[in-house]
Amino acid sequence: MRSIISIFLLVVIAWGMITVLQEIPFGSSETRVGQRYIDQGREETGAANIVTSVVLNYRGFDTLGEITVLFVAAIGLGAVLSTNRKKKKREIESASLVLYTGCRFLFPLILLFGAYIFIHGHLTPGGGFQGGAIVASAFVLVYLGCRGRRISETGSKAVESLGGLIFIGIGLAGLAVGGRYFLSNFLPKGELNTLFSAGVIPILYIAIGFKVGSELAGVIDHLIEDSE
Amino acid sequence: MMIIVVSLFVLLMLVAAVAALIFKDLMSAVIAACMVSLIASILFYFLQAPDVAMAEASIGAALITAVFIVAIRRTERFEE
Repeated sequence: MRSIISIFLLVVIAWGMITVLQEIPFGSSETRVGQRYIDQGREETGAANIVTSVVLNYRGFDTLGEITVLFVAAIGLGAVLSTNRKKKKREIESASLVLYTGCRFLFPLILLFGAYIFIHGHLTPGGGFQGGAIVASAFVLVYLGCRGRRISETGSKAVESLGGLIFIGIGLAGLAVGGRYFLSNFLPKGELNTLFSAGVIPILYIAIGFKVGSELAGVIDHLIEDSE
Repeated sequence: MMIIVVSLFVLLMLVAAVAALIFKDLMSAVIAACMVSLIASILFYFLQAPDVAMAEASIGAALITAVFIVAIRRTERFEE
């Protein structure tokens, strides 16, 4: 009986999807909004990278939702994993000299690369999420390579909260100064293709970079700490 | 020329994906899955989406692999 019902449901869902997909003209652009972003995005936002101008300016409110989702996921994981944490430390075999030195040498370089990615998010490909993930991967290297080194939990929580507060604060300031909508670009746009351009976009991306980096590093930290 | 390079990468990606399914050593399977993500990021770069390529390389290849390695350390390394 259950299999008959599930087959029936599958047929209904497949029929619905086929009828909907037949209506969509694949391969042609019916909407005009994408062409408008390409034509006028640079003048309107001052960001040389069009993806950034869409993510942080035209669709800035969606980005706030994304970082909220990540925040809630990190908080939930921390709450699940830190309920019955054992304080007992297991004896860990220390890393070899080559691994330890390699990790210590590579760690600042990867941090620098991640910071470069999110500071130059409005000029080159990448941005806050990518740069934050690269920063977090530097912490993963240290956690897996040189055991026993940990970031302080209060410090990472403080950085994370500060990033979120800066994002929302700039959004509200745009609402107050620009007067029209949340996250409006109220700072001077500057010259295209220079570091200090595009108004609030670099500040927002630096805030997102710190927030995402500390959140993902905190997630990995919780997982590794719980497994020892 | 371009189509040959892309097809080679797709073929390599398929081989890595099948290898991740076949391996009995789960650590090797995780490395093969990491290779799938790396080749996917290279393909994104060829398709002129460098932003997505960066996200795929850093999250798919680095962070997900680390999570899987931690999970394997807590459970068993070899499949039955």
